[in-house]
Amino acid sequence: MTPAQLALATDHGRRVRASAAAKAPYLSASPLAIRGLTASYGEKPAVFSVDATFPAAAMSAIVGPNGAGKSTLLKAALGIVPRVSGTVTVFGRPIEDARARIAYVPQRASVDWDFPTRVIDVVMMGLYRDLGLLGRRTARHRERALESLARVGMDDFATRQIGQLSGGQQQRVFLARALAQDADLYLLDEPFAGVDAATERAIIAVLEELKAEGRAVVAVHHDLSTLGDYFDHALFVNVRPVAEGSVSEMLTEETLQATYGGRLAATHIEQLVLPRRPIASPAATSPVGA
Amino acid sequence: METLVAALTLQAGYNAALVTLGAACLGVAAGTGGTFLFLRKRALVSDAVAHATLPGICLAFIAMALLGGDGRSLPGLLAGSAITSVAGLLAIQWMVGRTRLTEDTAIGAVLSVFFGFGVVLLTVIQNLEVGRQAGLESFLLGSTAGMLFQDAVIVAAGGALVAGLAFLLHRPMILVAFDPDFAAASGIDVRRTDLAMMALVTAVTVVGLKIVGLVLVVALLIIPPVTARFWTERASAIAPAAGALGGLAGYLGAALSASAPALPTGPVIVLVATAFFLVSLLIAPARGVLARLVAHRRFQARVHRRQGLLALARSEPIHDRLTLTLLRREGLIRPDGEPTEEGEREAERARQDERRWAAIRRQHQHTAQSERYDGLTPITEVLTHDEIAAIDREIGAQPMGAT
Repeated sequence: MTPAQLALATDHGRRVRASAAAKAPYLSASPLAIRGLTASYGEKPAVFSVDATFPAAAMSAIVGPNGAGKSTLLKAALGIVPRVSGTVTVFGRPIEDARARIAYVPQRASVDWDFPTRVIDVVMMGLYRDLGLLGRRTARHRERALESLARVGMDDFATRQIGQLSGGQQQRVFLARALAQDADLYLLDEPFAGVDAATERAIIAVLEELKAEGRAVVAVHHDLSTLGDYFDHALFVNVRPVAEGSVSEMLTEETLQATYGGRLAATHIEQLVLPRRPIASPAATSPVGA
Repeated sequence: METLVAALTLQAGYNAALVTLGAACLGVAAGTGGTFLFLRKRALVSDAVAHATLPGICLAFIAMALLGGDGRSLPGLLAGSAITSVAGLLAIQWMVGRTRLTEDTAIGAVLSVFFGFGVVLLTVIQNLEVGRQAGLESFLLGSTAGMLFQDAVIVAAGGALVAGLAFLLHRPMILVAFDPDFAAASGIDVRRTDLAMMALVTAVTVVGLKIVGLVLVVALLIIPPVTARFWTERASAIAPAAGALGGLAGYLGAALSASAPALPTGPVIVLVATAFFLVSLLIAPARGVLARLVAHRRFQARVHRRQGLLALARSEPIHDRLTLTLLRREGLIRPDGEPTEEGEREAERARQDERRWAAIRRQHQHTAQSERYDGLTPITEVLTHDEIAAIDREIGAQPMGAT
């Protein structure tokens, strides 16, 4: 990073904190509010002092380059990775007291797909809080699981062994499990990673439904080209928070440079930013080389 | 043979009957408890836990003998073994959690250090001035001679406790084994669930010391679940199946060893369990070696048939022996390699399918479907009849290829 970029980045950081402080009285009802969150592997912080306030009934993205700590941020907020410092509230309550209102969709690659379980059993795992240790699975539970599968177009696969599914189908099963939880806040870790185009459309359609029902969706997302189409709100992180706000305001050359630094070629940034400007500039031909 | 039947029907004497029933209880407990260890992919931890019982046995003996009691009282020895095996387990957890060592390293360290310490203590005990010190090494491989009624009660009670606890906790343990992150996000305490699972394993190990010994108890924890895995795709079905398999192995193995004068009980039980495993490995449907072999052969035949037909369609010579044999057997080519009438028809159909695939690859609206091309999947599985008809109209309008 050049000194200029660094200055820009810290400037953004300050702006984030300042605006967050100004809005503080209204934060309590936010589906997910994060304050000063730091999480580390060993002695190296993977995310450092992140503040974020995700809006209700909206789709929010956590955006940043590889190794920026996007997934760690989500896991630390959920308590899967221990927090070194910081507080996390969900609808105004400490996250530990609000587990029933949260559904988490981990990265597909984080589990062993040869595990002896069928599609319907995975979805039933989403009902664990309802069932408890020994609660009987009734026809009603089964129906709820099948409905969730139907919403992602996987109801024909209920009795399949999970190892027989394609990557996109696995991701849809994970989403169905979260739907079965009937939560108010959906947290997804790279839901579109390595899935086919049809699955991406199916997933986004379901997420739009959730939003329309007034639920909040927060997803780790790495594809800048679809950010503007899919999401309303974005948190840009690169270990530290860079910027947060509505996607239409955030998708600027300034933010992208501050988040990605030299990793994102100038031509690429232009392609991402230009279409968002109100007046289309003529000749979108990007300079070759750079 | 008669003695075997007698042993199987518990008619081979009081001691043999006690051992047989005890071994069956132990097998059930080990199979059910071991299932979750297997699903969590931490099978080797049980090996370290088992070896870590040895110093505890020795220390308990020394303590009891010095206090003037019976150094070989089984409950006392088992209590001692439980203490050091838990210490070994905690040492592994601590090393994995607090240092940069990986679990396999921690297992190796704990296993050898605790076991080595135990062997040293065994030697020390042999030179002690207390009576009846002989026989402690029987806990290495188990010894059922002179098993008392109260010993069998300990095994049965411990086994029932393990099976009950496994049933109570099977949901969180399966969830943690499949997807620990999701489990944590759902509010399950992953660390405590893991500890409960390890408590089950420690209980099985301690209870199994008398019958199979600390070296072989691992086999009873691991082999039954692995065997059960061949027969089912459901985690919740593996535990009861593994319990049944373990119980059966314990019962049959103990009876078998009782029916011959010099067969050691523990090793025979393990061999019976291994026999179940080998049979399952071979003949299990879907996951068995034979089933896999047949499936692979079928797949290979489909590939060769398809490649052969496409070669025929392009009038290319076929050199592959297997392809020629398959096509000939189906009557698609004549002995001289020329296609029969049916062969020509099939070849044209294969070629038509390839053209359709090529067409949908060019069409934007079929991106998702064209990703499913693998050379074998018939296009009728991917597209509806109407869609295929539309594609046929389109490629029909184009001039045929340069052939």
